[in-house]
Amino acid sequence: MSILINQNKCIGCGKCTVVCPGNLVHLTKDNKAKISNIKDCWGCCSCLKECLVGALKLFLGADVGGQGYTLYAKDKGDISDWIIEENETPKAKITLNKKDANKY
Amino acid sequence: MQVKKLSTDILIIGGGTAGIFAGITIAEESDANVLILEKAYIKRSGCLAAGVNALNAYICEGQKPEDYANYAMNDAHGIARYDLLLSMSQKLNSVTKKLEDLGLVILKDENGKYVLRGNRNIKINGENIKPILAKAVENHPKISVMNGVNAVEYAVKDGKAIGAYGVSVNNNIFYVIEAKAVICATGGAAGIYRPNNPGFSRHKMWYPPFNTGAGYAMGIRAGAEMTTFEMRFIALRCKDTIAPTGTIAQGVGARQINSLGEDYGIKYGFTTSQRVYGTVKENIEGRGPCYLETKGISQEQTADLYKAYLNMAPSQTLKWIESGKSPDVQNVEIEGTEPYIIGGHTASGYWVSDDRSTSIKGLYAAGDVAGGCPQKYVTGALAEGEIAAHSALSYIKGQTLTSISDEDIDIQFRKSTKYLNNTHSTYSINDLEEAMQTIMDTYAGGIKTNYQYNQIQLTVASEKINELIQLSEKLTAKNTRDLTKIFELKDRLEVARVLIKHLESRKETRWHSFAENTDYPQEDDRYLVYINSTTLNGETKMIFRPLIKEGQKHEHID
Repeated sequence: MSILINQNKCIGCGKCTVVCPGNLVHLTKDNKAKISNIKDCWGCCSCLKECLVGALKLFLGADVGGQGYTLYAKDKGDISDWIIEENETPKAKITLNKKDANKY
Repeated sequence: MQVKKLSTDILIIGGGTAGIFAGITIAEESDANVLILEKAYIKRSGCLAAGVNALNAYICEGQKPEDYANYAMNDAHGIARYDLLLSMSQKLNSVTKKLEDLGLVILKDENGKYVLRGNRNIKINGENIKPILAKAVENHPKISVMNGVNAVEYAVKDGKAIGAYGVSVNNNIFYVIEAKAVICATGGAAGIYRPNNPGFSRHKMWYPPFNTGAGYAMGIRAGAEMTTFEMRFIALRCKDTIAPTGTIAQGVGARQINSLGEDYGIKYGFTTSQRVYGTVKENIEGRGPCYLETKGISQEQTADLYKAYLNMAPSQTLKWIESGKSPDVQNVEIEGTEPYIIGGHTASGYWVSDDRSTSIKGLYAAGDVAGGCPQKYVTGALAEGEIAAHSALSYIKGQTLTSISDEDIDIQFRKSTKYLNNTHSTYSINDLEEAMQTIMDTYAGGIKTNYQYNQIQLTVASEKINELIQLSEKLTAKNTRDLTKIFELKDRLEVARVLIKHLESRKETRWHSFAENTDYPQEDDRYLVYINSTTLNGETKMIFRPLIKEGQKHEHID
């Protein structure tokens, strides 16, 4: 489990580098987000929740049954859209309202 | 490397639930200055980074705090502290209310009452629990937070905690922090044992791989008394993603079934350790894999599960969707995790008095590092944060800051930074970490042996862990990030070393899987005792303490 970072999309704001509970994400000299060791990621998604441009996406390792799909979040205040893609093509969108409690 | 000296009234190590709540309590109830030291960044640090799905410790209508304490005592098969459980339980509902006031969304019925999940749980939206707590800290000008600083050792003088030392994770700064009192609120320890998926997904653990047992290790090195490390915690989790199972089991009422479709729960019992053991046993006896029976749930339930998991363990939702096998069409396979040492679930940690003072004067413990008080979960950690804050506040009255001497600073500085000067190590930090995990897995009851161990194996584990401790002294660091990783490894090794001593000392099997001693496969009433330990100059001495019964309290004696 880890994150993919699309450096072409990254705007270098650095927000993702601050929140990682493992201090794993850093900015390169040319101001692009980079994960120091892809195997060290816990998969908590703290970083991608901060990303305004969808440059960071979660994926599951093949060793835990990943099929190469990715997951990312678009934060819109109280609402956040979670988008699951295959080859950058959206396959599912789940909208969460932060004001709604879980039913379970 | 630069040395920076700071001082505060109360130093809190760890900006998780317990630490933050202790900080808020101090700021709201006193004029004391408080400093929270956090290895990462408090907005998303520790075990609640991704969120949490429910509050699992709440006194529901018709229940009393005593009922919760009795439940936890029973789940621990008698080896827990009733006094600690009761003082925690008495605060569960008030801290929940406070959390709601800070902004946590809690599900309510049409009459405005919390919707209950069983007898002890309430339903929430806990995705943003850490941002909510972090914001509450920001609103208090008297609380200072230092993010990105890894605490490495307490400063102790004449048996009294007078501060701590820390190293910046990203900058060349060595911190010396003087304090009138210290509250340890770091997390428990993950990554001591080989994880479920040791390859690419090695860090896909349930408990965060960044919680390395620093609080325990600092306490051990400072000579604090520790308790019940042998009650390891093994979580029953969704296979591969290692995501929590309670949401499925309790949310949609899914049974635990084996590959023959049989509900095996009743055969083994329903305590936390028995649920894990049943799953292990069904696999050993050829009836695996085991599942949570979700097949046939409605599409609405499936959609609600997707949302619930996005709010705490997003990988599980991704897994369901990308596999094309949603829980309504395929049961969810479950497995046990590697063992963790974590006082929020089992009873491992500092031996504390009812006021959460440790055996070192001026040092308090709360949350996952505080022992004797299992099943505390989020709200119990908050409650302990509040109790520790009150005790520290009362302790600092009449205390003055004790200066940490230049000589002591120099000794600690050299000890902490010597890895930057080491020039040659055959092994990398990762090499030694993997070696530790393999040793513990093979010889100290990891997944490989179905959590079982015997004395001969533990002796091997002990020898090999001691060898790794020696090797770790030679590790080299290029920068402070490497240094942090070295401290993390050394803390894990120290916890592993003491854990083995505890496993050796409990010559019975009281909790299946959690402490499965094949030399002594039965429960033995002679071990209705707390197994504690203290370490002096690297030598660990075991202490057997009689159980503290209902109505009694433990107080440290000077």
